[in-house]
Amino acid sequence: MNAAWPQTAFCLLGQASPSPASPARAPAANGPSAPEQAADAVVQTANDLAQRVKLDTRTLILLGVVLLCLLVALIVGRVLRRSPETTTNPAVVRTFNNRVLAWCMMFGILIAGLLMGYPATVGLFGLVSFWALREYITMTPTRRGDHRTLFWTFFILLPGHYTLVALGQWYSWAYEFYTTLIPVYASLFIPARIAISGDPKRFLERVAKIQAGLLICVYALSHAPALLSLDLHRSSGQPWIVNAENGDRGSNAGLLFYFILLTQLNDVFGYLWGQLFGRHVIAPQINASRTWEGFVGGLLSTMLVGSLLWQVTPFQIQEAACMAMAVAVAGFAGGMTMSAIKRDRGVSDYGTLVSGHAGVLDRIDSICFAAPVFFHLTRYFFSAAV
Amino acid sequence: MATIPYFSVPRYLGIAVHCLASTRLMRLSTVSFLAFMAKFLSGATVRWHDCQPDTCQRVYFANHTSHLDALIIWCSLPRQLRELTRPVAAKDYWTKGPVRRYLAENFNALLIDREEIKVHQSPIDLMIKEVGSKYSLIVFPEGTRNTGEEMQEFKSGLYYLGKKRPDLELMPTYLDNLNRVLPRGEFLPVPLLSCITIGSPIWLDPNENKHDFLRRARDAVLKLKDL
Repeated sequence: MNAAWPQTAFCLLGQASPSPASPARAPAANGPSAPEQAADAVVQTANDLAQRVKLDTRTLILLGVVLLCLLVALIVGRVLRRSPETTTNPAVVRTFNNRVLAWCMMFGILIAGLLMGYPATVGLFGLVSFWALREYITMTPTRRGDHRTLFWTFFILLPGHYTLVALGQWYSWAYEFYTTLIPVYASLFIPARIAISGDPKRFLERVAKIQAGLLICVYALSHAPALLSLDLHRSSGQPWIVNAENGDRGSNAGLLFYFILLTQLNDVFGYLWGQLFGRHVIAPQINASRTWEGFVGGLLSTMLVGSLLWQVTPFQIQEAACMAMAVAVAGFAGGMTMSAIKRDRGVSDYGTLVSGHAGVLDRIDSICFAAPVFFHLTRYFFSAAV
Repeated sequence: MATIPYFSVPRYLGIAVHCLASTRLMRLSTVSFLAFMAKFLSGATVRWHDCQPDTCQRVYFANHTSHLDALIIWCSLPRQLRELTRPVAAKDYWTKGPVRRYLAENFNALLIDREEIKVHQSPIDLMIKEVGSKYSLIVFPEGTRNTGEEMQEFKSGLYYLGKKRPDLELMPTYLDNLNRVLPRGEFLPVPLLSCITIGSPIWLDPNENKHDFLRRARDAVLKLKDL
């Protein structure tokens, strides 16, 4: 438990500790009392925003480059939409434009969250989870007897889990709870609650559906914002200093952004390689466009980009390549799994369930699978035990 | 000595709350808030198929699957139309308890007494009287909520409405997935995504009998299911 939490909260992103000598996570016994620190935090509001926006220089450069790419993609999409149908395939252009728009939204949400601090980021991811879960449950048939269980899932387990993740920044016990709440307590509670409602028909199937939805849409996804709560260091155990002159530590926000960027790039690379060189379709009945060539090409490209961007992470260059590989493999697995669920339900996209809704689950499937893997690898190898 | 009517403190509070709640501003803000909540919880998308929202007098007739039905259709209409549209609801249900009464009042519901149907004041006469030359209605011709699997046969009210007021546009409306949001016998909603489809209007043909018309109306609603 850390009494210095207001200050930690403000300093989280840039690790912008007012005095570089004292680490941001000062133990309670050494630091001044909580009210004093809160007062300090208020006094610092003037340069506070600047500090938080600062993230760190490398992350900012990366953000700028990505923003520029998105802008170019937006403009290209506009131009392509106006071009005659003979030169471009309108369906491909529409998909491209939807994708770019989704990325812009993702980018916007992420940036807004990061500027507002850790709890806000967790809250925004919570809303994304909520929307993904409702798309998932809308698609999966449930029975009358599942109604109360679904209520618990949406209004108690989901907010409860995200509250614990948000507390994870300040209390170490929260980590123990949020990693067990859904896999242990919820997965035992759900079958019991359905059993109490008294409808035995297709019992195991119904239990599995709700459990899987909760696990993928809520539990797995929440590991992405939880990256911000880690106390990162290098694999050697040295603190992660990005600026030797003033002892600035690297920013967790950069790592989160790095992770999201890699999952999305892996999707794009997989698609491009598959389109260019795809010969061997992995599972035609699951997804006709995913090929082994696309997977391997995407994996290698993601590893390349991941290792080139090692400077925004606490990883060394070869470690970054390994982490990028883990992200690519997990992201690919996520895409395949969600495709299989969609084929089973006979829908092409989650967005087409109810017309007019963007398919959130379509966009975050790879993030869902990669987030827990990336989080736990980072936590094990690159963070001080929280 | 003039006696001041004595009310207990809770009674005064109740009067204060009532006065506050019945001001126009309060009413507008609660209605917008409730409409927002209802739309958020039901995740409703509205599709106007072969028709457009219009202020002309209409009767929206829909399949009845949940208590939220009338509320959701009402909320998904454009704001100008909400003022002109009255959901038809059962009096016995919507006058039970202050919350339901308050809701019914605010959504401008037209309450129909299901238990005491008088000969000279049938529900249809009441509806026609209340509609006047201004309002539109939301009705559920199945009479009661279906179990969600299959739509029941329509009751004859829609036929008489069409016969006595041939100028009303009868709009078939299909509600999808709302029965999962709030099924029968539950009081807590689950926020799934639902969809409302409003189709092109139908009218009663002069030489069409009651049975044929009701079946045609029911088919018009069912047809929207597959769009």
